[in-house]
This record gives sequence, structure tokens and C-alpha cells, in this order.
Amino acid sequence: MPDPLIQVQSLTTQLGDPSHPLRVVDGLDLHIQAGETFALLGESGCGKSMTALSLMRLLPPSGRIAAGVVRLRDTDLLRLTEAEMRKIRGGRMGMIFQEPQTSLNPVLTVGDQIAEAVRIHEGRSRAQVAGRVVELLRAVGIPDPEQRAKEFPHQLSGGMKQRVMIAMALAGDPELLIADEPTTALDVTIQAQVLRLLKDLQRQTGMAVLLITHDLGVVAETADRLAVMYAGHIVETAPVADFFANPAHPYSRKLLESLPAAEKRSGRLAVIPGRVPRLDAVFHGCRFAERCASVMDVCRTRTPAWLEIANGHGARCFLWDSEVAGEVAKAAETPHGAVGTASLSSATTDAARSDERGAPLLSAQGLQVHFPIHHGVLRRVVGHVRAVDGVSIELREGRTLALVGESGCGKTTAGKGILQLIQPTGGSVRYRDQELIGLSNRRMRPFRKDLQIVFQDPFASMNPRMLVGDVIGEGLQALGIAKRRADRMRRVAELLDLVGMDPEAARRYPHEFSGGQRQRICIARALAVEPRIIVCDEPTSALDVSVQAQILNLLKDLQARLGLAYLFITHDLSVVAYLAHEVAVMYLGRVVERGQVDEILDDPRHPYTSALLSAVPVVEQDKRRNVIRLDGDMPSPSHPPSGCYFHPRCPQSFERCPHSYPEEARLSETRVVSCHLTAETR
Amino acid sequence: MRLDWTLRMASLVLAIWVLCALFAPVVGLHPTKVDLTAILAPPGERSLLGNDDLGRPVLARLLVGARTSLIVGCLVVAVSAAVGTLIGGIAGLSGGWVDALIARVIDLFMAFPGILLAIALAGVMGPGIDNVILALAAVGWVGYARLTRAQVLSLVGRDHVTAARALGRRTAMILLKHLLPLAFAPLLVEATFGVAAAVVAEAGLSFLGLGVQPPDASWGNMVRDGVSYLLVAPHLVIAPGAAIFLVVLSVNLLGDAFRDHLDVRLRVS
Amino acid sequence: MLERLLARLGASLMVVWGVCTLVFLLIHLVPGDPVAVMLGEGARPADQLALRAALGLDRPLAVQYLDYLARLAHLDFGTSLHAQRPVAAVLAERVGPTLQLAIAALTLGIMVAVPMGVLAAQHRGGLIDRGAMGFSMLGAAIPNFWLGPILILVFSLWLGWTPVSGREGAASLILPAVTLGTGLAAILARMVRSSVLEVLGEDYMRTARAKGLSPAAVLWRHALRNAWLPVLTLIGIQFGALLGGAVVTETVFAWPGLGSLLIEAIQTRDYPVVQAAVLLISLSYLAVNTATDLLYVAVDPRVRLGQ
Repeated sequence: MPDPLIQVQSLTTQLGDPSHPLRVVDGLDLHIQAGETFALLGESGCGKSMTALSLMRLLPPSGRIAAGVVRLRDTDLLRLTEAEMRKIRGGRMGMIFQEPQTSLNPVLTVGDQIAEAVRIHEGRSRAQVAGRVVELLRAVGIPDPEQRAKEFPHQLSGGMKQRVMIAMALAGDPELLIADEPTTALDVTIQAQVLRLLKDLQRQTGMAVLLITHDLGVVAETADRLAVMYAGHIVETAPVADFFANPAHPYSRKLLESLPAAEKRSGRLAVIPGRVPRLDAVFHGCRFAERCASVMDVCRTRTPAWLEIANGHGARCFLWDSEVAGEVAKAAETPHGAVGTASLSSATTDAARSDERGAPLLSAQGLQVHFPIHHGVLRRVVGHVRAVDGVSIELREGRTLALVGESGCGKTTAGKGILQLIQPTGGSVRYRDQELIGLSNRRMRPFRKDLQIVFQDPFASMNPRMLVGDVIGEGLQALGIAKRRADRMRRVAELLDLVGMDPEAARRYPHEFSGGQRQRICIARALAVEPRIIVCDEPTSALDVSVQAQILNLLKDLQARLGLAYLFITHDLSVVAYLAHEVAVMYLGRVVERGQVDEILDDPRHPYTSALLSAVPVVEQDKRRNVIRLDGDMPSPSHPPSGCYFHPRCPQSFERCPHSYPEEARLSETRVVSCHLTAETR
Repeated sequence: MRLDWTLRMASLVLAIWVLCALFAPVVGLHPTKVDLTAILAPPGERSLLGNDDLGRPVLARLLVGARTSLIVGCLVVAVSAAVGTLIGGIAGLSGGWVDALIARVIDLFMAFPGILLAIALAGVMGPGIDNVILALAAVGWVGYARLTRAQVLSLVGRDHVTAARALGRRTAMILLKHLLPLAFAPLLVEATFGVAAAVVAEAGLSFLGLGVQPPDASWGNMVRDGVSYLLVAPHLVIAPGAAIFLVVLSVNLLGDAFRDHLDVRLRVS
Repeated sequence: MLERLLARLGASLMVVWGVCTLVFLLIHLVPGDPVAVMLGEGARPADQLALRAALGLDRPLAVQYLDYLARLAHLDFGTSLHAQRPVAAVLAERVGPTLQLAIAALTLGIMVAVPMGVLAAQHRGGLIDRGAMGFSMLGAAIPNFWLGPILILVFSLWLGWTPVSGREGAASLILPAVTLGTGLAAILARMVRSSVLEVLGEDYMRTARAKGLSPAAVLWRHALRNAWLPVLTLIGIQFGALLGGAVVTETVFAWPGLGSLLIEAIQTRDYPVVQAAVLLISLSYLAVNTATDLLYVAVDPRVRLGQ
């Protein structure tokens, strides 16, 4: 093996009070070869970002590198003076960050910001710098670079900003690019563009990429090798193909099993019990021992050593230590069995039920929510943001309808419009033959009991000054279901039990709980009034994969037990595949296609649906599709394009598309598409 | 709450202030008793803090002045906060033209620099402690109105308010359970600083001759009277000024600590 | 951008109108009959009648109001009862000294507060920071009418370095400017510190460091370039407190400015002068704030080019 480009040995980084520090990175070893993509994978708080910042020596003021060696070729980075390190930053090592929105200086033009990096590391004349800036912008695929260089960050879209960040990092021709969650803040179609760009640039320049991410799909599609991080150190390192075929560490396995996917829909997702240990503790055994399904006595008393399992594949686990656990390891190698067979029966009832197509519980027809745009001193209305501009859906008892779309497509507004939490400006919402639009607050109250909502951010959706018991009991009190506090608290205890929490939680405040627990509390609050329908607005997108699995399992159980209908608003297609029965795809305020989940996912008819599906990074190699590249970004809902809203970005657009919005075409009893192409071919 | 020595001292100063104000009338002081034999007597000679230009004991006047400043400070804040919170709350909750109108009125009052409007009002209405309170409250309500309005506007959009609406909570209950408890803390911080501002303002108005009138004692008019004898009897200026300074400093320190405490709690959540 | 500038100007004009109206109403707050109050007890009814007619107080309120606005438009503030001269002329000789004092105090305040705030933010939690915040805490608690006499006592009476009061020569400006500037510096230092701290915590500061920029470049090109606009707005707002404080400071030092004029006019019940002084001070504050806001609109690209 050639000498590595960067070699990290027993790196230890601490945060906070030196007498009682958080060991956010604790004895980390890794090496990256020139030109390869190395992914550092882990859930939030595992120390992956702190590792990246340690390599750049850009730690926050309370952080410090306590021990270790970081060698870039022959340079020992931790021994450089700050002035010498500055030459490395943005020179031999570039870095891009998660939030392109806030990572660019708002008062300098993007050209100036790139020029700054060019000047430091190349020091050319003014004209040469300007030329180099344009060259860099062109290299990252920004159209009309001369013009764009003069613009300010807020004039660019999120994807464009991340391209600018990349251009800036490329200015010093880096040997290593550190990308810290570079696409997490971006939509999936934009993510596909940016990942593609990184690959192309890597091929052209031969730089290595250290990709910090929590997304297994992104790792599978872009990385050559990966390391899994848990509680401050690496628990497994492997070539990507080996890892996904044979994950060695129990934590890695659980992570993979907890990923939602279509073929797991008949059963439950694997979950990891407990919480990540506190990093201010001193560990005596394996850090994962308390949560591990294969835990042995030795795991609690001795720290497992690093073990090489195959060429380039290693793990920090006693299961692979032949002396400690010869037989146990082999047993643990086939972890999938238990999950798959769990409930074939439920899959059949699932299929059987999908044939019953009774009257819908709730239906929306041409729902519109337009917000007026005021302007000037007199606050005249000069236009409308057409946040929701014609959404028609049907929701049936005991079923899940996923409302899918990218950010800004109006899916959240549609959900709130259906519940009359935002006043719709047009269309109709019928719940059991009752029109809801236009009902006064008082007349709407009887229906509130049946229609509930769960939000994306479980903490923001709870009043921090209310006890959990009062949060959950709020609906019981407001709707007069349980007027006496004692009755309410009894019911609250039942509800906490129902969502898998200790009834003692009622006496505590929301901030005392983890993200996953908070979301359980919010679900309990919605369940308290015994609703028929729950609108779930991205309820798992703020959570880690393993926690997401718990919530998805819970939602599925509750649906089976209580016959709930879910309107599940999400951007995550793997969750859709796992959970939904029907899917409606939204683009720019309208539903472009809806139908049964397998119809949509296996045979998308609308070009936007196809592009969206193709952009999702997937773990399984055989399931990957050719990414259909969408150019540009979603237009503003205040000025939607003429005709079909999707036509300016549609790879299959033809002469009719700019002229009229396509009518809904019913392809089957369950399937509706709005596309001129479908109408043409029929 | 962090309780280091500065905060302990601040609490001590405020406790003394309040005790003086409460007990000044009952301990038999003679703050207005003229004693021509003690004119401009330095501290320690005839009384602990000396005597003023009419031979009145400075300490006794200081204690009575504490009562004036405490009454004005508390009443001004109480009236301003009550009126301001109500107006700001109405604006934030009702929206539309009501909100637009109130916002304009708030802008209008904010357009007057500092204490100027209070000086003009007190000047026109004539001196007296009641007019001082009226003038300061007429200026003071704006800050609370603006803060309350901003708080309500930012809280109304939060998910837990939306969730409460989805659960069928009535508007009044949402105000009571979700908006006021969360808006209360910042308002309390504002009110704490408001006490300090009112104490300085009252003293300032009295210093200008627009507030409490002689022979009644106020820290402000004590400084005013003492300025003429600055060289021969500096204690006439130093003592009441130091009292104002210590009280204002202590209130501000407590207000700061209170705000930091709230900030930390918000950050944790 | 032009539209935004015009909208901002329009809003300011509305406030100007409101300020004029409030100041007009001020005189009607006088308890009882303002004319009787002005002339004092025992005035002859004929004099009262004459003054009432001279002030126009015998006409309906609406007529008085319209007349008042019309006269304001011609910069006619009426006649001073005390000086028996046009109010405009009385004001004119007092504007200069107040302007001089305000500018001196503002300059002093900014020169102390900005470096102090920036340094404190850079060395957060360190000795400089604690020192600066201690100064800020003390400075904000010292009332002008106390600091002024103490400074006089020390520097004029004991040390004899500066004149006691009045406005003669540059030396006479020092103590009033220090008195007025101290409170401003104290409050401003705190605001500058938190404004810079906020910018230092932004993601783009990390980006700038990740490029390999030197600390000086990071501070000047990235931190201060973002922090100065909010600081400018804060200075504009604090200018109001400065003008209010000027009334007290001018009285302490017998500085012949608008503030001491206001107090004299209140004492002599010269209400036309009171009205005009309040109006002039308020409108100059409004002008300063409008100017900083307009500058914000013109300079910040996010506002200028629309978000």
C-alpha cells in the first residue's frame, strides 16, 4: 500500500472545562489515500464534525486537541505554528460545510469571497485573480460565471451557494477536500447535482475527499472506503462494498437494519435501545455495550482492541476476537433472519386491505392556499405566493397517504390547510361529508377531535413551561373530554404507556427528554383525543436513523391497533417506501402524480417523479437508477411558470407544455397523473 | 442564578433601599427641620452625613428621598408595564388595521429622544410627584408595548400554539397558557431595568426643578440644592448622588443576572 | 431599492406629522387656563384676553391646529413671550452650542466604545472583556447630573484645569462632553460587544478561517464589515438618549444650548419656546435615525437587492 495522503493517529479532542472535559474525539486513527473518497459515518454527536475541525485546526474556542498526530504527507499538522497552518487551510486542505445558507459572508460578492482564497494561496495580479475566479465558478458548473461573480450570496439558490463554497475550497488546488455534511441541507435532486460535481472534480484534480455524513445512501454511492464513528471513536473501517455486504460491528449492522425500505414494509425496523453514552465519562468497556444485542460479560470490563477481519476491513468488537468469542461471532454474523420472517401474515392482510376501497374518510379537491404579497407604504396587494395551488387527495381509514415533495413545494402548508390551521383560499376539504373550509372556529371545534397533527421539531411543538402531563392532556381539557385533572392524568399515564414511555414522564418538563422521546410525547398528545386522522409533518426528519426507526415502528403499530389514517408529509422516499400505502407527489404547490405506493415507486409516470426517485441515493447497488439530472432549481411559487409548472426543468418537455397546465389523467382506479405526455400516449 | 459577590452586594444595597423607604416615616426623622446652627456642617460634626444649607440633616433627607425614589420607580413601572403590555398584546393578537395603527403610535412615541418628552410633559403639567409619575408612565409604556407586541408576534407562529389550536383551544386560553407565560420572562427583565430608569428619571426631573419640590426631599433635588455649595460642602452632592448611583447599579446588576439566567435556560431548551 | 428608500422616507414623514401633532397637543395639557398660568395670578383680564388672542387660543381647536401646521411649514414658531422676539431667532442662537456638545460627546463616546466593544468581544471572558463590561456597568449607572458636578469639583475647583461652567474656549467643552459621553460610551460599548460577538459566531467566520485568512483579515474583512451596520443603527438610536441627556448636562454646566433654553422656557412658562425646542430636538433625532436607516438600505446588499 502506498503512503497515505493523511494519517491520523490517536487523535483526542476535548471540549469545555479542562478538569471535566467532553472527549468528543477520543483516540481516533484513520488514514486516507491520495485520490480516494473516504467517508466518516455516524449519527449526531458521535464526533465526526469535531474530527474534521480538528484536522483543519478550526475548533471552537472551548475546544482543544489534547493528543495525537495528524500527518499530511510529511507535514505534522499539529506541530505547525498558526501562521504555517493558515497556509495549509484553503491550500493543501480545503473544507466545505453543511449550511451553504449561512457559510457565505452576506455582504461580500461571491466573486470577492473566492478571489480572497485565490489571492492568499496563489498571489496573482488583479486581472489574473478575476480570471481564475471565473474559471473556478465555471469548474463548479455555475452558468454565466462572469455575471454570477458579481452577485451576493442571497441572490443564489442553496445548491448554487454550495457550488460557490466548493469553488472557494478548490482555489488552493487542495490535495484533500473535507466535506462536512455537504448535501444535508439540500433537496435530493440538488444533492444529486452536488455529489456528481464532487465526483467529477475529484476525477479531474485527483484530490482526496473526506466525506462526513450520516447518510448511508450517500456513502454507498460516493465513497471508496468508510469508517463508522460511535461515541468519539471509530468502531469499524471497511471498503464500501464489503461494509454493505458484511457489516462487522453490531452498531453498523443495527444502523443498516434500521434504514426504512420497501422490502422491510411487512415488518418492524431494527432499533437500538438506549442512548449514546455521555462523553464526559471514562469508559472501561466497549462504548456500545449497553445498547448491544450481542453483548458479553467481557464487553463491560475490557475495551475491545482493533481487529483486522479481512483486507482493509477492521472493527473494534470482541465478537471478532477468536479467543474471546469464537462461536458467538459466527452466530451473530447472520443478523437479518429475525426481522424478515416476523410478519409475513401482516403483509398479506396489508395487501388484502389495500383492495378495499370504501368511501374516503377525508378528501381535498383543488385545495388552494395563496398568501398575499403586500408592498409599499399602503400595503397594497401586488401578487400572491401560490404556496398550495390545487391539491387533490383522498385519505382512507387505516391507511397512510404520503405527501412527497422537495422543500418549498407547499406540502406543509397543504397539511395545515387541510386541518384549517391555515385558512385555505380555494377548493374543498370534506371530512365525512362535512365541508371544513369556511367553518368558524366554534363550528370547527367538534372536528378537531378527529383531526390531529404531529410536527417536525418535537421540541418547538411543546410549550417549554408546561409539564409533559399537561402537554399531553391539553386536548382532553380543551375539548372537555376529561374535565377533572385526576381523570386526565390517568389517561395521560395510559397514553405514555401506549407510546412506550414511563408514565413518570408526565411530571417532567419537555427539555428533560431526548429528541425521539419528545416525538413520542407529541404523538401521545395527538392520540389523546382519539383522532381518526393524524397529519404527520416530517415527524422523523430531525431525528437520527436509529431513532427514526423507533418512531416509524410506533406509528405503524398504532395504525394497526387503532385504525388511524395518516397523512404523512415527507421528503424522504425511503420512509415513503416503508410506511405509505398511497403516495401523492407535489411540485410547486400542485400534486403531479398520485397512486398506490408500488405503482409510483416502481413505475413513475410523471417526469418529475422519475427524476426525484432517480436522485435518491440507495444502499443496494442493484437498485440504483441512472440519475435523471434536473437543471436549475424549483421556481418561486409567487411566479410559477406558464403552462405545466415543471416544463422549464423537464427533460421530456415538448411544445404543448408551456401553454397549458395538463389535466389530471386517470390511468387506473387508483392512479392519477397530470402530464401532457401521459395524455399524448394514451 | 449565579450569586457572586457583586450580586450579593447588589441585593444588600436594594434591601437597604427598600427598608429605608418603608421605615423612614416611622422612625421619627426630621428631614425638613431647619437648624441655623448646623448650616453646611460637614459629615460627623452634627450628624452622620452632615447638614445642608438650611442645617437640615442630610441622612434623614436621604432616607426620605429613598421613599420618593422607590415609590416613583415602582409606580412608574407598574403603570407603564400594565398599559404597555395590554396595548402591545392587543396589537400582536388582533393584527390587521388595529395592529398597524398601534405600531404607528409606538413608532411615534419612539421618535422622541430619551427623557425629553417626559421633561416637556412634567414641565407643562407642573411639578409634583404625581405629575412625575404620569409623565414618566406616558413615556414608559411604549417600551413594554413594543416588546409585548414583538413577543406575541413571534410566539403565535410557534408549533406549540398551532398544536393547541389543532386541539381546539380557545383563543383566550392560548393567550393564557401559551403566550403570556413565555412572554412574561422578557417583560420582567425589561421591568427590572425599567425601575432603574425610572429612579434616574425621577431624580433627573427633580434635579431640573420639574419633579419633587422643596422642602420635600428627593435625591434629585438634594443634588440640585447642593450644587451651589460644591466647594464648601461637597457632601451635599456626593451623598445623594452616590445613593442614586448605587441603587441604579444594583438594579442593573440584578437585571443582567436575571437576563443571563433566562438566556441560559432558553439555550438549554 | 428606490422604492424601499421612498417607503422609508414616507414612514418618517408620517412620524414627523405625528410629532408635530403631539407637540401641538402638549400645551393643552396645561392644567387650567394656560394664559392664566403664563401671566401669573393677579393679571388683568385685558392682558389675558390679549395674550389669548396673540396665541390664537380663543379659536376652535381645529382652526388652531391647521394654523399651527401652516405656520410650521413656513418655519414660523411664533413669538417668545419672555424674550419678545421670534422663537426662531431665539432657537437659532442656541442650536450651535448644542450641536457642538452633541458632536463632541458622540465622537468621544464612539472613540471609546467601538474599540472597547470590539476588543472585549475578541477576548470574550478575558481580562479586557471583564474590564470593559465593568466600565460599562458603572458608566451606565452614573447619572449626568451627578457626574457633572463631581467632574467640576475635581477638575475645576480642586485642580483648576477647566472652567467651572459656561461656554468660553475649547477647554469649557471638555467636562460637558465627558459628562454626556460617558453614559453613551458605556451603553454603546456593551452593544458593540454583543453585535461583534454575534457576527463572530456566524458560520461564515469559520469559512473565512477555513480559507486560511489571517486573523486581521478575518476581523476586518468579515467580522467588522458585517458588524458596523447594526452598530451604526445602534448609534443612531443612542443619539436620542444623548439629546435627552444634553438637557440635563447643559443645565449643570450652564451651557447655552437648546436644552438649557428648554428648561428656562419651562420655568418662565414661555410655551411657544417649549414647543419649538421639543419639536426641533425631536426632529433632529428623527433625521439622524432616518439617515442611518436609509444608509442601511443603501449599503446592505440583502436589503438593497431584495431578499
